[in-house]
Amino acid sequence: MSPPAQASTVVPGVVVSVPGTRASWLVRVRSVLVCLLLSAAVAGAFALDVAVGELDLPLSDVAAALVTGGDDVTALVVHDLRLPRALVGLLVGAAFGVSGAIFQSLTRNPLASPDVIGVSAGAGTAATAGLLIGAGSGLGLQTVALVGGLGSALLIYLLAWNGGTTGFRIVLVGIGVAALCGSVTTYLLLKAGVYQAQQALMWLTGSLNARGWEHVGPLVVGLAVLAPAVVVLAPWLRGLQLGDAPAQALGYPVQLARIALLAVAAALVSVGTAAAGPVAFVALVSPQIAVRLVGTPGPALVSSGLVGSAVVLFGDVLAREALPGTELPVGVVTGALGAPVLLWLLSRANRSGVGG
Amino acid sequence: MVTSEATSVAPHRPVLPAGRAHAWATLGCLALLLLLSLLSVALGTRWIPPDQVFTLLLHPDGSEVAGIVRQMRLPRTLFGLLVGAALAVAGALMQGLTRNPLADPGILGVTAGASVGIVLTTAVFGVVSVHGYVWFGLAGAVVATALVYGLGSAGRGGATPAKLALAGAAVSALLQSLVNAALLVDAAALGDFRFWAVGALTGQPATTLGSILPFFAAGALLAATTAPALNTLALGEDIARGFGQRVHLVRLRGAAAVTLLAGAAVALCGPIAFVGLVVPHVVRAFTGPDHRWILWYSALLGPCLLLAADIAGRLLTRPDELPVGIVVTALGAPFFVALVRRRGLREL
Repeated sequence: MSPPAQASTVVPGVVVSVPGTRASWLVRVRSVLVCLLLSAAVAGAFALDVAVGELDLPLSDVAAALVTGGDDVTALVVHDLRLPRALVGLLVGAAFGVSGAIFQSLTRNPLASPDVIGVSAGAGTAATAGLLIGAGSGLGLQTVALVGGLGSALLIYLLAWNGGTTGFRIVLVGIGVAALCGSVTTYLLLKAGVYQAQQALMWLTGSLNARGWEHVGPLVVGLAVLAPAVVVLAPWLRGLQLGDAPAQALGYPVQLARIALLAVAAALVSVGTAAAGPVAFVALVSPQIAVRLVGTPGPALVSSGLVGSAVVLFGDVLAREALPGTELPVGVVTGALGAPVLLWLLSRANRSGVGG
Repeated sequence: MVTSEATSVAPHRPVLPAGRAHAWATLGCLALLLLLSLLSVALGTRWIPPDQVFTLLLHPDGSEVAGIVRQMRLPRTLFGLLVGAALAVAGALMQGLTRNPLADPGILGVTAGASVGIVLTTAVFGVVSVHGYVWFGLAGAVVATALVYGLGSAGRGGATPAKLALAGAAVSALLQSLVNAALLVDAAALGDFRFWAVGALTGQPATTLGSILPFFAAGALLAATTAPALNTLALGEDIARGFGQRVHLVRLRGAAAVTLLAGAAVALCGPIAFVGLVVPHVVRAFTGPDHRWILWYSALLGPCLLLAADIAGRLLTRPDELPVGIVVTALGAPFFVALVRRRGLREL
């Protein structure tokens, strides 16, 4: 894992062009290899997440249950309990990873992930309020969290707008909004009953416990809309990474690109948070790991998403196996594992941070 | 040393009128403080007239009202005075030391560090008395301060305001996830924690004041002795070094003062953010850049803000109470945003 800036001089790659048009891409061998390896890791983590639990299933039984149905118990466990849970983990991890990558590239700061600058905090406040007034735990709660996340993102953007915005001002305003949301959440926890408070805290940590097909559906719909948007907007992200003035000079629509990317990233993290809660540090750490694996200086969206999925799924397996008899929320594990990774990353690479 | 620095920092200050102005300003602040303290004892779900307050304070007659005054309102007011002064001075020190307009014990993660130390000792070791856990709060505050400053000053450009604030937010998020994990495992601790985490002046009995007081006193002493050095440091690290100042020693002493003041405040009343941000900015508007006066007026106006917020919290949602931490954040977060929007965030 070398720091990203060093590997950018000469990269082995192949130029792929579409005959008859002027479109062409540089396909880098290392990126492709890393993505393939990460996909394999995600597949392994997914299989493990379905196989492991109170009832340990051999992988062959899991495969059989998926293809032919298997016996009744296995089919029930796999189809109704574990498969939706693992799918939620997979999709949420990908959403967080990509969203974190966009936020960090947009603000050109490795610390500026949605969990730090207030988008997740807004979703958390809304969800806690929802739990308190009895919005239930299914679609109602998801909608409330989605609205909260998007609302706080909009608030951050509007407050940071002062005849245009800069990534740096968005980050600082986000910190202020996060502080406000955190304070309101604490107050709501105080007003709740002990059981409700515990439920809310579980949700605030981020958990895949008791996630079913009703959580998978909205997630798939949301990501189906957002994924193409990410693909379309990715070139703008690469432009903005150069800095506002160079990007402007090269003809990128800086303000438009920023609001569009911000909206997509906030929507991604809100959709994910609505399904599983703000799983700690996935959005912060995944892009950083991805960028080091791939070795490009620019954003690595695909690999960030893959790393996010792998982190959430492996984290979920660990969370279920760590203490026999209790199912810890996955956020506890990603928080505990993410913290040292985060510190290590930061101690080495705060060099891209924008100054004040 | 003190006087020569003062003249070099504020050369245009006419000696006599400024001295008189400071005397008047100090008197004004003290009067405001006295008024708010009186209101803090008198106001609440039950209004107790000020003349009765005085009588009861001097000659408790054993009645129910006397009990309210002496057992509830008086300790609460004293907590407000101490914690408000401690947080405001800690904030002013941090802003001076890091030359960072966004510094605040809450934003730069010091209170989060103290919280983690306290919650972990409560949840894991079962320490429930303030005397026991204040040490762990201080330890947590030290670790968090070192972490935030180390992270924020790494890399090109050193510790810019934005990098420090972001490092503080990231470390706070990290510590918060530790707290959540501890609370999820221990449901009983969650019950206690909720009331403390929101930031309230009513969480502790009056008797804890005595055991926490030495921490505040030590912190205040360190802060007072650091103040003149901050003026030199404000000229820039290189210049300060050129004047023969041992910059690292000053930073260390200032950090010790911040840790003592903020850590003890958190142990007493929970993590209250933004007092340390707002008050020094308000003060700087009328004192100018001399840190000795900034610290002095911060110590006077910090309690004013906290008491006013506490009184407002009692009156806004009667007969229920809004904890003071919420009220202060509701005032402070917009202030922070306004600060970010208005300036180009030059270093102080």
